[in-house]
Amino acid sequence: MSISIALTVNGQAVSADVDPRLLLADFLRVNLGLTGTHIGCDTAQCGACTVHLDGRAIKSCNVLAVQAQGAKVLTIEGLADADGTMHPMQAAFKECHGLQCGFCTPGMVLSAIDLVNRHPDADEAAIREGLEGNLCRCTGYHNIVKAVAAGAAAMAK
Amino acid sequence: MGANETGYIGQSLRRKEDARFLTGAGQYTDDVTMAHQTHAFFLRSPHAHAKIRGIDTAKAKKAPGVVAIYTGADLEGVNGLPCGWLITSVDGTPMKEPPHHVLAKDKVCYVGDHVALIIAETLDQAKDASELIVVDYDVLKAVVNCADALKPGAPQIHDLAPGNQCYKWAIGDKAAVDAAFAKAAHVTQLDIVNNRLVPNAIEPRAAVASYARADESYTLYVTSQNPHVERLLMTAFVLGLPEHKVRVIAPDVGGGFGSKIYLYAEETAMVWASKRVNRPIKWVAERSESFLSDAHGRDHVTHVELAMDKDGKFLAMRVDTIAAMGAYLSTFASCIPTILYATLLAGQYTTPAIYCEVTAAFTNTAPVDAYRGAGRPEATYVVERVVHQAAVEMGIPQDELRRRNFIRTFPYQTPVALLYDTGGYDATLDEAMKMADVNGYPARKADAAKRGKLRGIGYASYIEACGIAPSNIAGALGARAGLFEAGEVRVHPTGSVTVFTGSHSHGQGHETTFAQVVATRLGIPVENVDIVHGDTGRVLFGMGTYGSRSLAVGGTAIVKALDKIVAKGKKIAAHLLEAAEADIEFKDGKFSVAGTDRSKTFGEVALTAYVPHNYPLDKLEPGLNETAFYDPTNFTFPAGTHICEIEIDPDTGVTRIVNFSACDDFGNIINPMIVEGQVHGGLCQGIGQALLENCVYDKESGQLLTGSLMDYALPRADDVPSFKVSTKVTPCTHNPLGAKGCGEAGAIGAPAALMNAVLDALAPVGVKHFDMPASPHRVWRAIQSAQANA
Amino acid sequence: MYTIEYQKPKSVADAASLLAKSGGKALAGGQSLVAAMKLRLAQPGTLVDLGAIPDLKGIRKEGDALSIGAMTRHAEIAASTEVKRAIPVLASLAEGIGDRQVRNMGTLGGSLANNDPAADWPAAVLALNATVITNKRKIAAGDFFKGMYETALGADEIIVAVSFPAPKRCAYAKFPNPASRFALVGVFVAQLADGSVRVAVTGAASSVFRSAPLEAALAKSFTADAAKGVKVDAAALNNDLHGSPAYRAHLIAVMAARAVGAAG
Repeated sequence: MSISIALTVNGQAVSADVDPRLLLADFLRVNLGLTGTHIGCDTAQCGACTVHLDGRAIKSCNVLAVQAQGAKVLTIEGLADADGTMHPMQAAFKECHGLQCGFCTPGMVLSAIDLVNRHPDADEAAIREGLEGNLCRCTGYHNIVKAVAAGAAAMAK
Repeated sequence: MGANETGYIGQSLRRKEDARFLTGAGQYTDDVTMAHQTHAFFLRSPHAHAKIRGIDTAKAKKAPGVVAIYTGADLEGVNGLPCGWLITSVDGTPMKEPPHHVLAKDKVCYVGDHVALIIAETLDQAKDASELIVVDYDVLKAVVNCADALKPGAPQIHDLAPGNQCYKWAIGDKAAVDAAFAKAAHVTQLDIVNNRLVPNAIEPRAAVASYARADESYTLYVTSQNPHVERLLMTAFVLGLPEHKVRVIAPDVGGGFGSKIYLYAEETAMVWASKRVNRPIKWVAERSESFLSDAHGRDHVTHVELAMDKDGKFLAMRVDTIAAMGAYLSTFASCIPTILYATLLAGQYTTPAIYCEVTAAFTNTAPVDAYRGAGRPEATYVVERVVHQAAVEMGIPQDELRRRNFIRTFPYQTPVALLYDTGGYDATLDEAMKMADVNGYPARKADAAKRGKLRGIGYASYIEACGIAPSNIAGALGARAGLFEAGEVRVHPTGSVTVFTGSHSHGQGHETTFAQVVATRLGIPVENVDIVHGDTGRVLFGMGTYGSRSLAVGGTAIVKALDKIVAKGKKIAAHLLEAAEADIEFKDGKFSVAGTDRSKTFGEVALTAYVPHNYPLDKLEPGLNETAFYDPTNFTFPAGTHICEIEIDPDTGVTRIVNFSACDDFGNIINPMIVEGQVHGGLCQGIGQALLENCVYDKESGQLLTGSLMDYALPRADDVPSFKVSTKVTPCTHNPLGAKGCGEAGAIGAPAALMNAVLDALAPVGVKHFDMPASPHRVWRAIQSAQANA
Repeated sequence: MYTIEYQKPKSVADAASLLAKSGGKALAGGQSLVAAMKLRLAQPGTLVDLGAIPDLKGIRKEGDALSIGAMTRHAEIAASTEVKRAIPVLASLAEGIGDRQVRNMGTLGGSLANNDPAADWPAAVLALNATVITNKRKIAAGDFFKGMYETALGADEIIVAVSFPAPKRCAYAKFPNPASRFALVGVFVAQLADGSVRVAVTGAASSVFRSAPLEAALAKSFTADAAKGVKVDAAALNNDLHGSPAYRAHLIAVMAARAVGAAG
């Protein structure tokens, strides 16, 4: 069977007929070609697939596309300004060297933004705890934590 | 930032590659989609050890969407996957190399072994079809532990390897060691297990293979750290394809840590099949497949003895190690617990006699190969654990015992083959102790005790051999390939530069670091330099990235090519400036006539090379494009001291790291920010091994018990602290950059530092030793059994 | 994932009849179910998505009890001022479930219906003697949890809300599995309005259970020392890579003591 869905992705209305077993992550990656959303595990642990669903970070590999019916989805591709100016969190990750191989990065950045939206004053311990849904194998988290703090400060401006 | 005296060297330039990674514009293998693409799924063995009586694919082949199904019987003329390093046993016989079929033929040897390749229109259809394949297994007894595998009566895995022994190898002077032990004042000994790890790069392995009938060529996108090696092994040794008809592209790769060095069955089968189905095939590992089928790391069982005189001077060390190979020999499996392990057992110390025996065992598990550090973390763990225990037994402070034995004269020939060119071990120990505020430790320990916590501090003074490797030495030690690196510098007519390197970046930031080197040498803005890697169709050749070799070997190859560019540039400038070539100097991007103000910029010379109107065409070819191959003359020897301070909650067994200080000597540093990032990541993986990670197979069934991230604990942000890192510099003496390599150091030093801290904390409750990881359960159990035995 | 049919009804009644007709499974936040389907461990045939039913949402004070709609997400509970005012421990428990992303999707009702042996909500429901309200009946907490992944719910029975009576005091202490971060041992201690003490343990056995020895000890003396002094029987506890029965038994007392300490 196929189900019609209509949603907004990065500010653009999209609609499609999808197999109900299609994951939101695959809908974004395959149907829409938004390959910045990555898939790193099959048990909803790594968080590489994190996107925002109606303003909250979720793991798009653990959500069916049909569950996003009518929702607003934000992916890493929709984060920078139209002129290419990076979101303060993206800029902070670059400035603080909060990424190496880049694979966990889109999910990490989107998770960090949600964290800061809920807890603008998070200290180091709260940032570390708040990133528990995202695995990084390259950075040892040291510079990610610095980047999130710097990004939070920049977002507050 | 501009190019000044030292140009961009030593500057923490922000990375060129980040713009794409931060905006979702990276291109990883799974992001490659081809027209008319099919999807592959591998049916894997559910048994650790079984004979295959038959495979019935008839029903599956008729399932919806199925394009083709192949089993081992279909792969007529396809050879097994090769091992790149021949180890010779003490009795002179070559290591046993049982066939490593791309798809299993008559038996399976581990859970996850490849049984059939299913190609279908969609992945779900391929999986559906796989469930219709009937495999008639005759299940055999399995053995998963390397020490058990060598015991008499253990299940026999390969006919070719009696007693499951792959080789028994040794290094060092046994007689000298025995003599030294005979006169020792004290001997410290330990039995140590180095736990098996699953690399777990966050990007799972993936491949997209396609075939073009028009020119009979293949293209393989693959998650590889070394695409040229992948192509060479696949074409020459396995598939028998003409090398020039195969293009291997390793695009953006999401972390490797060793696990993406090897030639794996999946992509090999897919390249073979892409011609048969004449359509592109995509495969992306699910994480559970990564756990089953990526090459694992470590898995040693070791007995170590250290002989000392009455003052704690090391007299000799004796090491007996059993190393797991897994079910088959992976690409570099055999050299990890020998060449990259036993040769490091001198550590930073003047131990005059060392003897090490290594027995490699086949087990019914995933193959074991290099994982970040590859042999060197295992060596450091043996040395630094026994040194820690020796200090405890001798009543000598940890730093003092190390200092009494440090090597201070270079070059230094160790008793285990290596020649250390340079180092400064006191400096890194001193600095690490300052960073760790060792003086304040007793007060902190007392305070912790008041809070009911057990506090401990641990040291690891490690050394590693990087910059792999001088090909002639490697060849003498059994390498079946050269280990040089290649680089090409293409100067464009307008003076901008594209560099092609055989190194591969999968997080290391080569696009930035290498550009800094090139821009500095040529005196041009770093924005004018781009680095290309990871494509056999664009890069001339390469041995790839592993063993912390990229800058020391790959970077040097580029420097050698740059030297040729400058040499040719001088010839062109001499012509333009009507001066003798010998009088031309090149500095800050200008070719000048010595002692005059007459000069030509690099850009002017580049343009002249491509618009050779006024040019010595009789003596010089036009163009400015140079290649170089660099084969190092020695290994490099990064070293340092890591100090870890921890606190244990005896109620729960939870270990919390309160301070981790690392002072390393990587030689000269191009980009300190990137180097620090490499150290952080290495430390986190080392901490992961010591605190969290443990790959466990069920002893009876051979099933992988830690088959997902639900059971295999990867470090998360709140498992690790912020790190204190610093560097001291003794430049490498034999490469022009003076660089040693930094990628693995963290993973090498951290496990020993952390476990030494844990055992320091637990000493008062009577725990002498237990094996990694120091998970809450294991710490609690160690305390319980110490108390029970007290 | 196996092929599925998908329905998204607007009412509880429609959802129930779709479940009855199809023999399928209700989809709440999907954080356990979708994961299981992906690994082909679950084959529900038909999914009845409860996401469009307004009656299943919301947090209300009802007398001395707090009623939380089944489709309320963990993150909403964690952030709710109503919850923080009435039974703040429920907010902090919710804040400790899974991770940020899981809390943003996962729901109270989904967690209870799944009854994962290591889930947090079952401990709260059992210890607080909450009532599970379904489309058919009210089920006392003690009757709801039947075993590993098993509950008293019928095939077409849907959790509508959970009513938590406000206790005198309570707290939850969780010791996470280092890998999955699910509870290796989680202990919810509560002194109910009537003064009785209930202790529910999750993560340690095949399903959430009440600890009689801890309840007895704490009924006598609601102190951390009393909890720590209890020797918990390891016999029926889980044995896996992350903890032996003895370790779990030990942790139950330790976590109970910590919970009592936090409950004040």
